[in-house]
Amino acid sequence: MTKILVVEDSFSMRSFVRSALETGESELGEVDIVEASGGFEALRLLPRGPYDLVITDINMPDINGLELIQFIRSNEHHRATPILLISTQASERDRERGLSLGANGYVAKPFTPEDLRSKVKAELARAKTRTGGNG
Amino acid sequence: MAEGLDKAREEFFSEAQELVEALSRNLLSLDASLKSGVEDPSVINEAFRAVHTLKGLAGLFAAKRVSTMSHRLEDVLDGLRLGRLALTPEVLDLLFRAVELYNVALSAERVRSDEPLPQIDTLLDEFGRVGKNPSAATNPLARFELDPAMLAVLTEYEEHRLRTCVEQGLLLYRVRVDFALATIDKSLEDIKLRAKEHGEVITYLPTGASTSIDSIELDLLLASSAGVEVLEASIGGDQVQIYPIPVKERVSVLQRETAPPPRNMSLPELSSERREPMPSDHSVEVQGGQGAAALRAIAQTVRVDIRKLDALMNVVGELAIVKNALGRMAEKIRAEGSRQLGSELHSIQRSFDRRLGEMQSGILEVRMVPLGQVFDRLARVVRQIGREMGKDIRLVITGAETEIDKLIVEELSDPLMHIVRNAIDHGIELPDDRKRVGKPLAGTIALNAFQKGNHVVIEVEDDGRGIDEKALVARAVVLGKVHPEEVDGLARAEILNLVFLPGLSTRDEASDYSGRGVGMDVVKTNIGKLGGVIDVQSETDIGTKITITLPVTLAIVSALLVRIEGRVFAMPLTSVAEAITFDEQAIRVVDGREVMTLRGVTLPICRLGRLFGLAPLPGAVPPKRRYVVVATLGPRRLGFAVDDLEGQQDIVIKPLGKSLSRVRGFSGATELGDQRVALVLDPTALIEEMLSAAEVTNRERRVGLG
Repeated sequence: MTKILVVEDSFSMRSFVRSALETGESELGEVDIVEASGGFEALRLLPRGPYDLVITDINMPDINGLELIQFIRSNEHHRATPILLISTQASERDRERGLSLGANGYVAKPFTPEDLRSKVKAELARAKTRTGGNG
Repeated sequence: MAEGLDKAREEFFSEAQELVEALSRNLLSLDASLKSGVEDPSVINEAFRAVHTLKGLAGLFAAKRVSTMSHRLEDVLDGLRLGRLALTPEVLDLLFRAVELYNVALSAERVRSDEPLPQIDTLLDEFGRVGKNPSAATNPLARFELDPAMLAVLTEYEEHRLRTCVEQGLLLYRVRVDFALATIDKSLEDIKLRAKEHGEVITYLPTGASTSIDSIELDLLLASSAGVEVLEASIGGDQVQIYPIPVKERVSVLQRETAPPPRNMSLPELSSERREPMPSDHSVEVQGGQGAAALRAIAQTVRVDIRKLDALMNVVGELAIVKNALGRMAEKIRAEGSRQLGSELHSIQRSFDRRLGEMQSGILEVRMVPLGQVFDRLARVVRQIGREMGKDIRLVITGAETEIDKLIVEELSDPLMHIVRNAIDHGIELPDDRKRVGKPLAGTIALNAFQKGNHVVIEVEDDGRGIDEKALVARAVVLGKVHPEEVDGLARAEILNLVFLPGLSTRDEASDYSGRGVGMDVVKTNIGKLGGVIDVQSETDIGTKITITLPVTLAIVSALLVRIEGRVFAMPLTSVAEAITFDEQAIRVVDGREVMTLRGVTLPICRLGRLFGLAPLPGAVPPKRRYVVVATLGPRRLGFAVDDLEGQQDIVIKPLGKSLSRVRGFSGATELGDQRVALVLDPTALIEEMLSAAEVTNRERRVGLG
């Protein structure tokens, strides 16, 4: 079972991500999607992990996606969790920041369910190689 | 699984609607701040965020026109929030037009129509002409000794706000808070509110170093003109530490000047009060293993399709039938078998009834939404029409939190819009005219809502010129709605109620706004369909007040059960005025129509049995005594002759099937609980069908006078 935390303040976007990933269960294996509507909720949901992947938006009120990335990367329990950014074509600067803070990749809006699935699949595979190599 | 995507698409339209409404709300407050000069930067950012989210979603769900619009709009709002573009009334107008166009584009996308919408291109062109003013390329942040780690996690917008605040000479503070996870929402809301009084919170950065696993430590970056003492007094506390971010030496003097001097004597008192440590039992409770609870208390709200609630309400209706069956069973057992057993069953049935009542009101409560939803839309219309007609309008809203059934809210939008348009168009005078009669230049429209028992009252009040009664009567005479000889006999209320007759408008030509081929008669009919009534009051030069009274919900209605030729029908009590004994002798025929006189007023009679072509059931005994149920639709009244009254009952109205939906005179069917089904009469439609307003007025008058 692959556990994924989706942090996004738009509920239809969360719904889209959920349905895209759940539709891809055959290729991704069984997924357990946990939804957070913002940075705070994500912080509260993190202890429910570990998560195999965190997918987060950047521009959110209060705690933004960059802050969430930094928090995850500096937290001993979660620092190894792969992070995928949801970004827009336009917000190049924010995306670059996210990547430099330790996000593993990004998917740019607008994306298709297939785009998302292939990114997620790639991240999960890469994470597997990493942990496999270490242990 | 394509179903999942369809559902997501449905959700997209629902969220898109919310986003457009949020945009509209933010534009309205921008409009207000343009006028007052008091600016809240978070408003532009929220408008930007709404459009930004909408753009992303529209791309995802292939709503191309919405996406194109959002793209351009996002650029403009981004320019505004990053200070590259100045907010002018012209820009704001374009943005308001965009809101209208969003609604058009969304409706088109929803039904997957690819009809071209040239208005969008026109608007986009105009946006293209909006000029840009370049920003200065200095770095004001250099003055502060800011932690680079903190700067690294700011989004572009947050960085822009930080710069702007610093350029305005505000001081920067790091506010460290340590909040229990269980109560973080409340604690944050609290500190946010208090911090906002003194400045702007740029961001919230989790430090990752919390004191326990049940709490979270955050650094708030706060920009404020206040000194550290003031902030300490206002937001300081046990879990809140405030650290000023040091200013580099050369500019420190200047900075100190911009900070206000320390507060006066009252400060220590205030500070000791505010600094009181949180009650210890509270923090114990929080730290005493509440972490799990905090994790559970995540999603506070769910979204529900109203059809699901309707389905639940149907189940309640069916349970009511079970309940009635239980009651009859209890009676039967009591009469034929064990009295004891019967009584026990009866008491079980009563407690079932109570729980059922609670469940019913619970479901009804879920269906309720605040009227503010409609009022926001009206606010936009008021602004737009006022501007275009050169009238300055102040809109005052009270009771926006009053709740009413979601379905009613949706049906209410058009009638209210029409009334408000009327008020601006016909009611409020041009500024010059207002000046002449000594009124404030800006006209006021008040929207008041409040609950009154099982009804919600909505008032639309303007301080305009009032309804011109003479013109109204003259027009009614011209249109043949009132006979010239009757004019003198008309009471004031009757005159004012003429506005609800078809074809009446106090002006010779319907204007662009209130016109559109729709009159107050249609408004009245639509309100009537919702089981509501509408009333008008007016004073020359003082203003006009339209009052709408609506039931709180449509899901359950109280009905009078009547019997006609052996069949039972339900008649919603909202339109029943009274029931009287029917006296065949009292019937007269006037102009080929049956009427009777009730307390000196003529009442047209409709024999429902005859209307529906019902033949008596075989073996039926003609009733000894019959009744007339008097139904009202505003000033119009009609008496329905029925064979018997069966009593009053709360009913859940179910729609008739498609094949029957066009049959006039019925609003649905209902189950009565004893395995009988009754058709629900639609008195509004029946009255409309039976009498045209003109006939009623004329005939009533003529008979009354003769």
